[in-house]
Amino acid sequence: MEKLIIDAKEYDSRLILGTGKYKDFNETKAAIESSSCEIVTVAIRRMNIGQNKEVHNLLDYISPKKYTILPNTAGCYTAKDAVRTCEIACELLEGSKLVKLEVLSQSKNLYPNIIETLKASELLVNKGFKVMVYTTDDPIVAKELENIGCECIMPLGSAIGSGLGIINEFNIREIVENASVPIIVDAGVGTASDACIAMELGCDGVLMNTAVALAKDPILMANAMKNAIKAGRDAYLAGRMEKKQHGSASSPSKGLITDD
Amino acid sequence: MKVLLNNENIVLDDGLTIKELIKHIQLCNQYYAVEVNEQIVPKSSHTSFLLKEGDKVEIVTAIGGG
Repeated sequence: MEKLIIDAKEYDSRLILGTGKYKDFNETKAAIESSSCEIVTVAIRRMNIGQNKEVHNLLDYISPKKYTILPNTAGCYTAKDAVRTCEIACELLEGSKLVKLEVLSQSKNLYPNIIETLKASELLVNKGFKVMVYTTDDPIVAKELENIGCECIMPLGSAIGSGLGIINEFNIREIVENASVPIIVDAGVGTASDACIAMELGCDGVLMNTAVALAKDPILMANAMKNAIKAGRDAYLAGRMEKKQHGSASSPSKGLITDD
Repeated sequence: MKVLLNNENIVLDDGLTIKELIKHIQLCNQYYAVEVNEQIVPKSSHTSFLLKEGDKVEIVTAIGGG
């Protein structure tokens, strides 16, 4: 089976799962296992000082020995804050340089601030980070981020946490066709068909969180996403038939018993 | 001495190291990273790095996020 390659590491799974919004760490762990994903995103935040010994850490459940931990810069609105967050994440994760860069513009639609994203990408690439960058579905910006040296470009399907799916398939296809690094749809997936469409468009993977975490049964939805991504990838590789304006019969028109 | 720890004022004995601070606040989780005045202090320096009056200390970890 062909694999997804990120930062010179091969992955069987093309699903990257976020760890936010779950009921508890046990549910997070069960959903991750059900999805068969190998890369999980985490946020970097101040430690809750004074917590008692019984309170576990997310990484006690999702071991960095088993999974590739992808720290994000969620909540950062400037390149400076994003770079600072990546540097402390690197220290936290024992020197791991793989990061998910997201520099937001405002809290309503959580769209990326492209100016700051470009600045942060350049700074991080120069510091040796492997940058997986959240961006808009603008093909020109995507190419620019690739040219800067980002490891992977991650255009949004629609706004983070919206569940609206892929609102501009044409742009995603355009980005995929122009790219020579992996393209991973990040944000907007609401249900399995959205993930499948992303893969049918030729994306190399899908990153999601809310669609799984806020499903009525997150563990079952994680499994659905796994299957959708596999199906979409296979369909892309198989090459879909051409769309036609009119019908085209699948059964021969000759040999009918009603023919005179 | 007074230091700002995760944006909260705390009072500590003078000349505490980061390692001693970690013990003082009873942090027993292995997954944390420390920044003092916006500079990362690598784990290897925690036993030797002395805190001083007015230091701004951040101790972070990984939590759930997308």
